[in-house]
Amino acid sequence: MTIATTESGVEPVLAVENLHKHFGGREVLKGVSLSARRGDVITLVGSSGSGKSTFLRCLNLLEQPDQGRLRLGGEELMLRPDRDGSLTAVDKRQLRRWRSRLAMVFQSFNLWQHLSVLENVTEAPIHVLGQAPDRAREQACKLLERVGVGHRRDVYPAQLSGGEQQRVAIARALAIEPEVMLFDEPTSALDPERVGEVLAVMRELAEEGRTMILVTHEMAFAREVSSHVIFLHQGVIEEQGPPREVLDTPRSDRLRQFLGSGLK
Amino acid sequence: MNAQALIDSLPLYASGLWTTLRLLLASLLIGGCLALPLAVLRCLPTPWLQAPVRAFTYVIRGTPMLVQLFLLYYGLAQFEFVRDSVLWPVLSSAWFCAIAAFAINSCAYTTEMLAGAIRALPFGEIEAAQAFGMSRAQLMRRIVLPAAMRHCLPAYGNEVVMILHGTSLASVVTLMDLTGAARETNARYYLPFEAFIAAAAIYFLLTFILVSAFRAAERRWLAPLRRDAVNIG
Repeated sequence: MTIATTESGVEPVLAVENLHKHFGGREVLKGVSLSARRGDVITLVGSSGSGKSTFLRCLNLLEQPDQGRLRLGGEELMLRPDRDGSLTAVDKRQLRRWRSRLAMVFQSFNLWQHLSVLENVTEAPIHVLGQAPDRAREQACKLLERVGVGHRRDVYPAQLSGGEQQRVAIARALAIEPEVMLFDEPTSALDPERVGEVLAVMRELAEEGRTMILVTHEMAFAREVSSHVIFLHQGVIEEQGPPREVLDTPRSDRLRQFLGSGLK
Repeated sequence: MNAQALIDSLPLYASGLWTTLRLLLASLLIGGCLALPLAVLRCLPTPWLQAPVRAFTYVIRGTPMLVQLFLLYYGLAQFEFVRDSVLWPVLSSAWFCAIAAFAINSCAYTTEMLAGAIRALPFGEIEAAQAFGMSRAQLMRRIVLPAAMRHCLPAYGNEVVMILHGTSLASVVTLMDLTGAARETNARYYLPFEAFIAAAAIYFLLTFILVSAFRAAERRWLAPLRRDAVNIG
């Protein structure tokens, strides 16, 4: 292994420092930091209201943090305080480019209902990244095939089951070739019998070395695919480390309580 | 029934139909093009941008189209500076006044309709577009407006029919539209029933065609967006 690859293996793809966020008078994030190297699968767990989704949504500025720094592949997102004190991007173009380097998979899929499955996947590559339509379509077909919905590419999202919609959403995210994929409770809105098909796709992505940050309640899945687990409690990292360490031998009472609460 | 009078009046009805169609198309085109940006403004969070739009649609929707037409056609002529302006030949023409009144009306209703559809869009779809790096303009052009326009189709179909029927007011400001042709026929032959039933039949036919066209458009663009799409389509 050359020195260069060793270095790029150490250099974090995504670095988050000291993120703070409040809603009204409630502080939901009280200085959360995270560093993801290439190929890391970092899972955020915690009870609802612990701030894990808010944290994830701050990474692409769907929520504006009050404080904190974000770096992606060595580039820092330039932020300045808004009129109400929360941070906003200095340069809108940088923010758009930033967002197109991350890809988010949402709890409620959020597919564009007026576009066909194929068009959902080609939309960002063509209109944000400026890819040639032919190339984008070819790529999209491959991705849809890969997540197992290739035969459904000409229908509209409304005609798909939840599991199929979420797999299309994953294909849509993959299509922009993101450096980091963000999953915001991707299986929480699914019927129990549909959860497996989405987790199977995600497992494959983790195995092929995608950098992923994941908010989930699927503890068994987290244990199996994560390289790192973060337990958030009331806006602070209560415990973190390799999944077996954190989930099998919790040190804090809160994590023990959380793991024992049946929210597995 | 006096068929001969109607047959003799056919050219009159034909040119009346042509006038009606031109009035309808021009009003819808102008009204629609103005409604798109106004609906977007109407949905912006900045109050000083949406307030004037809301005021405009309230006033227009709150007054009868015939009164608006009279204000434009007769009312404007009362002011000397209007009569003296270089635009007077345009402002004084019945064509201009009729199209302006119908277009403004259609614009007001279409604006509200579109704004309602925009506000009803699931926020998650807008968030997804942002998360993928779309600019505000792209978000509007690629996601918000195409989706909102589809959801507007049923209501807009009604609006088009209302404007079609509304164009019959043009005959009171001297334009020879379908209703004008009927009035002329009546004046010539003193056959009010025949004259107006003929106009009614043509309006009915036009309405039928429009409604069918909108139904087809809904099947093509709106039905796939609904969960029960398989049953409709």
